[in-house]
Amino acid sequence: MPESQAQSAVVLELTRQIAELEKSSDSEAAQEEIDRLRGQLEALQRVGTGAPKDAWDRVLLARHPQRPYTLDYIQLLFTDFTELHGDRRFADDAAIVCGLARFEGRAVMVVGHQKGRDTKQKLLRNFGMPKPEGYRKAMRLMQMAAKFGLPIISLVDTPGAYPGIGAEERGQAEAIANNLKEIPKLAVPIVVIIHGEGGSGGALAIAIGDCVLMLENAVYSVISPESCSSILWRDWQHKQDAARILKLTAQDLRGFEIVDEIIPEPPDGAHTDHAHAAALLRPRIESSLRELSALPAAELLHRRHERLRKLATFVRES
Amino acid sequence: MTWFRREKKALEVPQEKRVQTEGLWVKCDGCKQIIWKKDIEASLHCCPKCNYHFKIGARARLEILFDGGRFTEHDAGLASTDPLTFQDTKSYRDRLKKAEKTTGAKDAVITGEGLLEGKPLIACAMEFNFIGGSMGAVVGEKITRAIDRCIAQRLPLVIISCSGGARMMEGAISLMQMAKVNAGLARLDEIRKPYISVLTDPTTGGVTASFAMLGDLNIAEPGALIGFAGPRVIEQTIRQKLPDGFQRSEFLLEHGMIDAIVPRKELRGYLARSLELLGAWNDQ
Ligand SMILES: [Zn+2]
Repeated sequence: MPESQAQSAVVLELTRQIAELEKSSDSEAAQEEIDRLRGQLEALQRVGTGAPKDAWDRVLLARHPQRPYTLDYIQLLFTDFTELHGDRRFADDAAIVCGLARFEGRAVMVVGHQKGRDTKQKLLRNFGMPKPEGYRKAMRLMQMAAKFGLPIISLVDTPGAYPGIGAEERGQAEAIANNLKEIPKLAVPIVVIIHGEGGSGGALAIAIGDCVLMLENAVYSVISPESCSSILWRDWQHKQDAARILKLTAQDLRGFEIVDEIIPEPPDGAHTDHAHAAALLRPRIESSLRELSALPAAELLHRRHERLRKLATFVRES
Repeated sequence: MTWFRREKKALEVPQEKRVQTEGLWVKCDGCKQIIWKKDIEASLHCCPKCNYHFKIGARARLEILFDGGRFTEHDAGLASTDPLTFQDTKSYRDRLKKAEKTTGAKDAVITGEGLLEGKPLIACAMEFNFIGGSMGAVVGEKITRAIDRCIAQRLPLVIISCSGGARMMEGAISLMQMAKVNAGLARLDEIRKPYISVLTDPTTGGVTASFAMLGDLNIAEPGALIGFAGPRVIEQTIRQKLPDGFQRSEFLLEHGMIDAIVPRKELRGYLARSLELLGAWNDQ
């Protein structure tokens, strides 16, 4: 199928999904997703070829409806994927997938946020917004990985942790906080890949690691440009300004040393060629794992702590 | 009509009085009654009629906590570098200056060491009037240093939270503070010194999702708003009104998220007793 034809097929599909979601307006988070889909439509029309990309272009690319999702990367990069379910306390959260797998023949634990492609999948995956049980499942399995000496590979792609009644009742804040305190203790290598949206604490809860890779068009931010715009300008019209001032691109985060390495994408973005995007990522995961596996456990934990500690450089004595 | 007129007239009297004695009377947010300010101050800024807990500043918090209101402040000079050179309708630098002027602090937390019933501890208190008590690099660093001091000196830790969450104007750097502080707490676990988190109104976002919900004991003041997402965000997402009392201290106690609700005037006694029971000073 020529690209323009493929593109108009996606436009039709998105328009159909918006109409579908508008009908089921009582479903939680539907409104936000509708806005997001409209943004994706805008992305398709706006993000062209070759032109220099501003921060907002990156936001649109990071949310592109055809961008590879975590399960796509799992399929392209791993073998023997064996999905594991449930937090053993309340439920299985489909917005986070976890499982055992092999990377270049070596057994590893994979965790990651998962978005849905069609309406049914979007609802099942709750638009990639985890609830506490998702973070607790990830923690349970990361601890299991440490128990059996398996490196952890984390694939980050979420608009954020889900803000809902049940999520609050079951301790969304505590679930995220606990991951942030327990992940630093795991004595196995952790490679984090921010491949789509790094939405605030909801992303960070599985994004602590020894090596943080970020795709060229991924974004990572404390708040969405839309919410930032509505706080500062009282409307969503300044989302492009907000995207710019929040410094949320891979380049920005590399500059702050929050990210270790920027992973290039195919020329027009990861959505144009999933296999190519995965092929560009594979050697970087491979080299990070090799390097980290050579470190004694104590050294690994020490370095992980220092990574976080050095963010102290953003203060001054006055 | 007559009824309305009469009511209006009846209301005018206290209002007139209030104008004449401006600054001496405060309307309680809890019971809506007009209370003499001195009465509120005398009861640690709680309403003598309904026990509503008024917000108080970080310095006042630490003065209430420590014996004789005395403590040695740490890292008072630490200030933001404005790492994003953030500028919206105003510049972040101007916001920082204004906040410093209003609060007299360089950022949204005060940390220090002092005595509680004669026993040493380190405490941090957040300042809501400093950009909503938000956590950027300075708050993250000061709290992490407080944790480091607890580890070095083998002292217990108390953090009194009051915050809207991570500080937007420091972007992903604010986000990383959550990870940094919690990595510190992971190390505090190793030395087996207690950390008590005191949650006050309001504590939400990146502060609950990092250190505030992870005390060995989590205790809250009565009626405090505590949650991950703010109530407005949740209402917008689920498009329905939230039930009364949702995300209040009493709700959190019922859902198993906190150990106890402790009124302000009982805080010192509660902390001293529980820290003693946990063996905080056994090796002193
Ligand atoms: Zn009252």
